[in-house]
Amino acid sequence: MINKMTHVCVYVLNQESAFDFYTNKLGFKVKMDVPMGKDARWLTVTPPEQPELEITLFPVAVGTMFNEETVQSMTTLIRKGTFGPGVFTCKDVYATYEELKSKGVEFMKPPTKEFYGTEALFKDDSGNWFSLAQLV
Amino acid sequence: MTTAQYPKVYLYKRIVQAKLFIDSNYAGNIDLDNIADEAYFSKFHFIRLFKNIYGKTPHQYLTAVRIEKAMLLLRANKPVSEVCFSVGFESVSSFGSLFKRMAGVTPSAFLEKQQQLKLQILNTPLKFVPGCFIHQNGWGRK
Repeated sequence: MINKMTHVCVYVLNQESAFDFYTNKLGFKVKMDVPMGKDARWLTVTPPEQPELEITLFPVAVGTMFNEETVQSMTTLIRKGTFGPGVFTCKDVYATYEELKSKGVEFMKPPTKEFYGTEALFKDDSGNWFSLAQLV
Repeated sequence: MTTAQYPKVYLYKRIVQAKLFIDSNYAGNIDLDNIADEAYFSKFHFIRLFKNIYGKTPHQYLTAVRIEKAMLLLRANKPVSEVCFSVGFESVSSFGSLFKRMAGVTPSAFLEKQQQLKLQILNTPLKFVPGCFIHQNGWGRK
């Protein structure tokens, strides 16, 4: 029986820039930063109050996992906002929205009341979108 | 709903600015009364609103930020006394006791543990990556 999710992969277009976005803008903590040879790095971050869920910032780059054609396709899809990897929750969505906006985070939707709480939508620096929700 | 329409937007903006001020100036001698003044609140009103949003008083939040930054510096291998002063504490003993209360270990024990971890990562990086990713990336191949 499956009981937990421990790792989730977010594909990013530039790992260094994603590192800055997720740590300095979103305030996530670095869990693992492991150099894997000359050009690779295993980088995971966690939401501040959920250290057991590692978000892997996985670069879309030509290598063993992706060939050039795949990289091109994924880059196009990520840039145009095809992927919405998940929902983050917060204690106060209005305050979090104001803070992230002041740090330059791009919002697709301001805090809006829904039947399950209040929700905003933002994009990471690659184009992946996330929900930011204050649940009731 | 637009940003201008949500409830008490001006209050949120002021409290968030105060929080960001602490985030940027934690290393200095921050006077929390001044922050309340700058946010145009009475001290008690400011503390209450701040705590409602962040779950901590501004003072508790400042201490938490300082300890978080201290952890980052210790991870970067900085000596304990240097870390203490560079995150805004004025005494190594008060830094040590607050750090232990929040991190569960003393700053020097934390530093030592981080140094050991770094060495392990350097020597055996594959032990820190899930096997499926090692396989998919071909990292384990010689």
